[in-house]
Amino acid sequence: MKKIIKYIILDILKNRIVIAYTLLLLVISLSLFMLEDNPAKSILGLMNITLIIVPLISIIFCTIYLYNSNEFIELLVAQPIRRTRLLSGIYLGLVASLLVAALVGIGIPILLYSPTGTGLTLLLTACGLSIVFASLALLAAVLTRDKAKGIGLALLLWFYFSFIYDGLVLMILFQFADYPMDNTMIGLSMLNPIDLGRILLLLQLDISAMMGFTGALFQDFFGSRAGIIFASFVMLAWMILPASYAIRKFRNKDL
Amino acid sequence: MIIATNVNKRFGRLQVLSDISLTCNKGQTIALIGPNGSGKTTLIKCLLGMVIPDSGFMTVNNKNIARDWAYREQIGYMPQISRFPDNMTIEQVIDMVKDIRSGSSRHLDEELLQAFDLPSLYGKRMRTLSGGTRQKVSASLAFLFNPDILILDEPTAGLDPLSSEILKEKIQKEKSKGKLTMITSHVLSDLDDLVSEIVYLQEGKLRFHSSVSSLQKDTGEEKLNKVMARIMQQNR
Amino acid sequence: MKRRLTFIIFLLGIMPVISMAATITVYPGQLIQAAINKAAAGDLIRVMPGTYREKGITIDKPLILLGINYPVLDGEKKYEILTVKADNVIIEGFTLMNSGYSSMNDLAAVRVLNVSNVSIRKNKLVNNFFGIYCQHASYTLVSENEISSNGISELESGNGIHGWKSDHLIIADNNISGHRDGIYFEFVTETNISGNKSQNNIRYGLHFMFSHNNIYVHNIFGNNGAGVAVMYSRHVTMLQNEFRDNWGPAAYGILMKDISDSHAEGNLFSRNTAAVYMEGSSRIRIRKNIFTGNGYAIQLQASCDNNNIDLNNFTANSFDIATNGSLVLNSFSGNYWDKYEGYDLNRNGTGDVPYRPLSIFAMIVERNSSAMMLFRSPIVSIIEKAEKIIPGITPENLRDDSPSMKPLPL
Repeated sequence: MKKIIKYIILDILKNRIVIAYTLLLLVISLSLFMLEDNPAKSILGLMNITLIIVPLISIIFCTIYLYNSNEFIELLVAQPIRRTRLLSGIYLGLVASLLVAALVGIGIPILLYSPTGTGLTLLLTACGLSIVFASLALLAAVLTRDKAKGIGLALLLWFYFSFIYDGLVLMILFQFADYPMDNTMIGLSMLNPIDLGRILLLLQLDISAMMGFTGALFQDFFGSRAGIIFASFVMLAWMILPASYAIRKFRNKDL
Repeated sequence: MIIATNVNKRFGRLQVLSDISLTCNKGQTIALIGPNGSGKTTLIKCLLGMVIPDSGFMTVNNKNIARDWAYREQIGYMPQISRFPDNMTIEQVIDMVKDIRSGSSRHLDEELLQAFDLPSLYGKRMRTLSGGTRQKVSASLAFLFNPDILILDEPTAGLDPLSSEILKEKIQKEKSKGKLTMITSHVLSDLDDLVSEIVYLQEGKLRFHSSVSSLQKDTGEEKLNKVMARIMQQNR
Repeated sequence: MKRRLTFIIFLLGIMPVISMAATITVYPGQLIQAAINKAAAGDLIRVMPGTYREKGITIDKPLILLGINYPVLDGEKKYEILTVKADNVIIEGFTLMNSGYSSMNDLAAVRVLNVSNVSIRKNKLVNNFFGIYCQHASYTLVSENEISSNGISELESGNGIHGWKSDHLIIADNNISGHRDGIYFEFVTETNISGNKSQNNIRYGLHFMFSHNNIYVHNIFGNNGAGVAVMYSRHVTMLQNEFRDNWGPAAYGILMKDISDSHAEGNLFSRNTAAVYMEGSSRIRIRKNIFTGNGYAIQLQASCDNNNIDLNNFTANSFDIATNGSLVLNSFSGNYWDKYEGYDLNRNGTGDVPYRPLSIFAMIVERNSSAMMLFRSPIVSIIEKAEKIIPGITPENLRDDSPSMKPLPL
């Protein structure tokens, strides 16, 4: 498996898209920090990048890469190597290169301009979301044979987690405005990795406002050690479950 | 060496393989023949574990291949259309496969690699190569690890006559070492002098499996394509 | 200024008394009360280092009580330690600890009762129920005291400096922490509160009720349970104070309830849940303040009118303005809002399009606090942008017509 990870990373690093993606992140982050004299505003801009662009590029890039490496997969499947190892290797290779992109593209500017707790949370969120969306991409690519359909599914997943889900939550919130919803909201936030990341960031950026609410429940929950550990486990589940389901499916997939 | 027992596979509503039972032994060179869509490639992919049969099972050297992977060490496979990672050079691909199979103790057989003069192209990236060159890489890889079983899916398609001849000579040579070779081809004339057995598939069913010599005797024809033409006429 | 001058004149007035006075020294094992009883008006009583447990000391004549190296006066959690019942008393340099606790009486470390011209300075007050209690006092100075307690609940702790029906007090340069309210005033007028640090108190850092014409400047109020509350008062002047880190469901940098004709200028509000919360207040001028990193910079309830909010900097607040109604009778002008996205074609430093500081999401959250989970979600940003372009729900006239393009130099 190590060998496969090695070859995938070598291949991706030669792939100009990842380099372009890294540069894009780097340029955006640096310009956000340099053009804005208020670091808090730069962090806000970076937060939008982290919550929208990073998942989008992660999932689309991984899906396309997986379809494009059909040949590679076919070549290796005929070799004496376990299929689960093959796909896990590819997944880990993809994750590794996305992490490098995030660490370079977002990590370096944060280190230079805003090495604070907020910056660190932001970087961790970006890394976490990269992994989660690589995992979802694996699922999309394994579930659909057709490339166009697979990319469509990937886009849909991204759109769902970025926009539709929150819209639905807002609707639910108004439908049940008369009921206490705080616990439900925490539950709902667990079901969307982007929301999870966003709330962790809110606890850094808008802690003063978050403290204002009668429940202050988010702070009680996400601010406590147990809550943070629980949230990390949920995030970990988001990284592992789709990928492991995809790998299991792939074991029996006809190529 | 290879035994298939009641293998069935359907893709959606299409029954691709129905109830295939087959025995292939050491030293045989088997031509897998059949019209387009008769299930040749699927059968081969089943053998390689790329397609998983709905029912029935296959054994290689008396071991069930379902969920196994180590048996592929004994197989060299050349696919119908050779596709490789675009960004890698020939050398990297070969090194990578070598690296991945490095666990085996088999000695490397670089004869075909040299015969195709591939080392002179080592630095080229896969996406810049012609279809024929890719086939050469693919063929070289199939033979590289000196496997006991060779599975060649349309090996001569896309190769120039010279290379095609080189490949055939190589197959001939390996045959004499007592290996099992399985070839599919549309170009029957390519298979003359090469094959000892013929397996004929049609609409996913095994029509017959017999030796070339007995077929020649039955039909009274010498050349393989004549033989097959006669059989098809009879079947009609 | 005039008040301070009066005070100095008063000090000069008692100087001759001091110069003619005798000095009495009290050593550990002796009683301070005995020395006081023996002393004549204007004497100096020096108290040497040690611990004195005297079940309550009453000062009933003009004296100077001077602690050398902070002798400890211990109330043993039962008694009021010092009670001042005469004018012209100075108490300086003591450690006053463990005043009694009673749910019937407000026992204090020092009580100033019905007198004037008293000065309590440079003392350390530790673990008292009430710290310094000014009752019907006037022209009294409380300065440079370190007042701390370890109160846990609102019920079981008293206030650091407590003023009741007093006037002309000067409360300066004290450090107060761990009390219920750091400084509590009820019916106190003409008072100057400056240079104090009131932090980590259970309820309010500063609490005003029915106290008019007071000034507070250069104070720091931080980490208090509920910040600062100013209620039912007129003519309050707040200058150059810092309000920071007051977090909680009902915590405010400053809560203004039924305040009128007041002025807040040059203050810093940083990281409060709500920096300014105004209810039923009118004719308040809020200018040249810095609001940064707050949950809400200003919560302006609809019951407020004729307030002017101008020339302030609003940066990095989650919400700049929130309100609970559609009626707006207050004006905003010339502020810098970091969320402003307008332009300045004529380059006069003022944005050409008005800024609407009220976000629709703040209104949504006002109605349904759980919605906070969706804050900064892309879908919310879309709603926000749409509302900014075509205001439908947010009040049309809550706007700053001349927003500054750059942060104001404050």
